[in-house]
Amino acid sequence: MEPKISCRGVWKIFGPHPERFFHTHGGAPGPDAFAGSGYIPAVRDATIDVFPGEILVIMGLSGSGKSTLVRCLSRLIEPTGGEILFDGRDLLKATPKEMIELRRHKMGMVFQHFALLPHRTVLHNVAFPLEVQGVARADRLRRAMEVVELVGLKGRESYYPRELSGGQQQRVGIARSLAVEPDVWFLDEPFSALDPLIRREMQDEFLRLQNLLHKTIVFITHDFDEAIRLADRIAIMNEGVIVQIGAAAELVTRPANDYVAEFTREVPRDRLLTVADVMAAGADPDAGAAPVEANAPIHDVARRVLRAEAPLRVVDENGVTQGAISRADVVDALFEDRSGRE
Amino acid sequence: MRRAWPIAALLLGPCALLIVLRDALPGWAVTPPASWRVPFIEWINAVVEFLRKTPLVADFTFRDGTRAVAGWIEWPLDLLEGILISGFADGAVPSLPWTMIVGLAAVWGWYLRGWRLSLLAGGCVLYLALFGKWKLSMITLSAVLVAAPVAGAIGLGLGILAVKWRGFERILWPLLNVMQSLPHFSYLIPVAVFIGVSHKAGTIATILFAMPPMARLTILGLRGVSPEIVEAGLMAGCTRLQMLRKVEIPAARPTIMVGVNQVIMQCLAMVVIASFIGAKGLGHDLLFRLQSLRIGQALEIGVAIVFMAVTLDRLSQALAAKEPEHLREGAWWRAHPFLGSAAAVVAVTALASFITPYASVLPRELTLTTAPFWDGIVDWVTVNLFDPLNFFRDALLLNVLIPMRTGYQAVPWLAVAVLVGSIGWRLGRARIALPVLGFLAFVMLSGFWARSQITAYMVSFAVLVCAGVGLPLGIWASKHEWRAKLVQLLCDTFQTFPSFIYLIPVIMLFKVGDVAAISAIVIYASIPAIRYTTIGLRSVPHHIIEAATTSGCTPRQILWKVRMPLAFPEIMLGVNQTIMFALFMVIIAAFIGTRDLGQEIFRALTFNDAGKGLVVGLCVAFIGLTADRLITEWAAVRKRELGIG
Ligand SMILES: Nc1ncnc2c1ncn2[C@@H]1O[C@H](COP(=O)(O)OP(=O)(O)OP(=O)(O)O)[C@@H](O)[C@H]1O
Ligand SMILES: [Mg+2]
Repeated sequence: MEPKISCRGVWKIFGPHPERFFHTHGGAPGPDAFAGSGYIPAVRDATIDVFPGEILVIMGLSGSGKSTLVRCLSRLIEPTGGEILFDGRDLLKATPKEMIELRRHKMGMVFQHFALLPHRTVLHNVAFPLEVQGVARADRLRRAMEVVELVGLKGRESYYPRELSGGQQQRVGIARSLAVEPDVWFLDEPFSALDPLIRREMQDEFLRLQNLLHKTIVFITHDFDEAIRLADRIAIMNEGVIVQIGAAAELVTRPANDYVAEFTREVPRDRLLTVADVMAAGADPDAGAAPVEANAPIHDVARRVLRAEAPLRVVDENGVTQGAISRADVVDALFEDRSGRE
Repeated sequence: MRRAWPIAALLLGPCALLIVLRDALPGWAVTPPASWRVPFIEWINAVVEFLRKTPLVADFTFRDGTRAVAGWIEWPLDLLEGILISGFADGAVPSLPWTMIVGLAAVWGWYLRGWRLSLLAGGCVLYLALFGKWKLSMITLSAVLVAAPVAGAIGLGLGILAVKWRGFERILWPLLNVMQSLPHFSYLIPVAVFIGVSHKAGTIATILFAMPPMARLTILGLRGVSPEIVEAGLMAGCTRLQMLRKVEIPAARPTIMVGVNQVIMQCLAMVVIASFIGAKGLGHDLLFRLQSLRIGQALEIGVAIVFMAVTLDRLSQALAAKEPEHLREGAWWRAHPFLGSAAAVVAVTALASFITPYASVLPRELTLTTAPFWDGIVDWVTVNLFDPLNFFRDALLLNVLIPMRTGYQAVPWLAVAVLVGSIGWRLGRARIALPVLGFLAFVMLSGFWARSQITAYMVSFAVLVCAGVGLPLGIWASKHEWRAKLVQLLCDTFQTFPSFIYLIPVIMLFKVGDVAAISAIVIYASIPAIRYTTIGLRSVPHHIIEAATTSGCTPRQILWKVRMPLAFPEIMLGVNQTIMFALFMVIIAAFIGTRDLGQEIFRALTFNDAGKGLVVGLCVAFIGLTADRLITEWAAVRKRELGIG
């Protein structure tokens, strides 16, 4: 499948003369080059594809360059090096005018601190991107009203941002970014400023919207639980480098390095991993006991597997045998083996 | 703390040595010789002459241009005066009835903040009418209402340009610093030269004087817009113009509105002083009464100005703080209760004016006057307090002021330069030392060194007294929440009074001279000393005080060992403000006979000597900026060391 956004070897360096610094180091400055130079490598050689309709979550500790990477993708920040293709077109070659057009029609963004305009009501905040495009007043207010209803804020449309709670404000932020029906939706830690309970509610809301809309999404968070709940794929960043990209189960079972392993340590593995993630594929044990389903979480089958004398047969939804799962598989999956990596 | 002494000795030592060795120094190191004088005045006046006389385009001179521009301002001035007092077409179309203006002020106060502000605004405006100051105050008000929007618009424009072009900001910012430290009178002289002496000239001077704070706050406001909001605008696809109009300026509104408040207050302060070049209204009357020593009447006008200041300040502050609210449901008057009441006020007062002329123009015989009361007080003071006041004045002069002045005049300029330079160097190397030495060099080479020393003596004596008043009061106020609030309210209120007002009571007590001038400075400049001490002491973090209490400190120990040291940088910023206020006042006090730089500006004003007025004004500004540079830098360094701010 053709990626929606394709990001090839992107660098972003902060400092007095980043371009010059970048080129004197041959377009690939190593960690030594930065030491004591006064330059900060916010993003280093990032290569990543975002496919249509997927939710790609970018994770990492504070300062690991997540926001900077996403701002490079929307070109709010000019990358120092590398190339970015949007629908196959070179984004970095777009003129300011083309960028305005792209942002008006193809991109939407939600911000950590909501970034609502304090002097506009909910409705006029949501209508703002349409107003900027020059959509007629009646049309844009009708469309804004639809989106306000979509995010569940009907009845509050004439309120001002400061009259709303944090969760409601972020709903406005979401509605605003959806008003123009963008193809790509960037969300920079949209729920980090909210209380845990509200955060969960907003995640559900987000999934509900995505089921309706099927956008291409780049979502930033530093909360692994949130990433697991929402992501199709997760990219983990550390000090500007993308260390690993993959589905949640892959990061848990096959972490690329200690940094990733550290991230995934507290994850409830029994609920995240499915039988298919840990089984011995291809094996075909005796068809004695009742089989287990491949896509069941380990949590649901662990008791049976551990009590059984022999490995159990694993079948897919059509009843076709996929492999076998043994006690050892379950124990290895639940209790991460760290003896080999000290 | 022990290590502070060698540093102090290092900083003060050379200066002290130079003062002691004064007689051994060559003459040029003590007072700058006349031959060093740089003819700044002549240069400026040459430019002024050129602009006045030389045709630039066809036979139009620059002055013709400024006069033409000034002509435009007459338009809105006439319009507003017509609306507020004189009516149009020789009274065929009447002006607004005074009852309507009182009512609208009250409704507006209610809309902006509630019934208290409504009473305050309505009451103050009512006072102006009842006490026979209606016409004068409406002339003043119309000048403010014309000058403030123009000054605000220019300031906003300059601020926007500065934010969009770095290079422009680099020029504008230092210029704003100088303009905001330039005394009022320095603005009057060039305006008098290029426009003449008239009401509109006064209005133009007011515009020029009130513009800088708007530019400054616009820059601060636009820079302070959160980057996320700007990004939200970009992602919505804003063009540069849309960004500015729809995102940045609205998001910076709170700060910009603070600027609007400051512009309005500066306008009022200046329009009073601009009566020196012909501005009409309350200020003109005040000036006239003061010159003829009719103190009672002057006081009455002073009170009117004060009421007007308080009304304008509170209304514009409330406007700045007003947050948008969603409309209530229901019928038109329910959704817009304030518009509804305003309409009701207009209807009722218009009807009343139709029925009785009293509701439209209050006849003179119905107005009240307090002048006899004030005159009584003045007489009483003259009769009963004459001896003690005279004794106090003479004693202060003979024992303190004159010796101090002689002392100041004896200090060699080299000693001042060494002191200022070494403090600057210690605080921020060449970055601080060079500008302050530059300021000093200008004062020295301008030919006004001796006058500047007198100004410095008056200001430093006044600042000492202010600190002596402000510190204890601030400490007292910081002990309880209610005291702090009360003091804050009083400071806010007193600070809105145009500085010229402060001359009235001191003339009443001390007539003219140094003691009167210094008293006026002390009253005016104590305000920031008190305010910053209170704020500084109260903003010491609570957990630090709790820690000190649990370590067993007595309240006195907490004050002197914990709160004072932590609040000291803030208090020094208060002292800085006190110096600035004192410099403004010392120049205004020239009106009551001082012999310092103020007197020189005053004379320049009489002779329309723009060059001299500007150069002396710059001397004052540079004295202030020297102190400002050193103190703010010191406070910043100290705050960083303490890990606060
Ligand atoms: N405008 C800037 N100038 C200089 N350095 C910057 C700038 N913006 C970001 N950085 C630096 O780049 C690095 C990455 O910042 P970034 O904001 O992308 O991190 P992040 O992963 O989003 O962190 P957080 O979780 O705190 O939002 C940080 O070290 C930051 O200090
Ligand atoms: Mg971030």
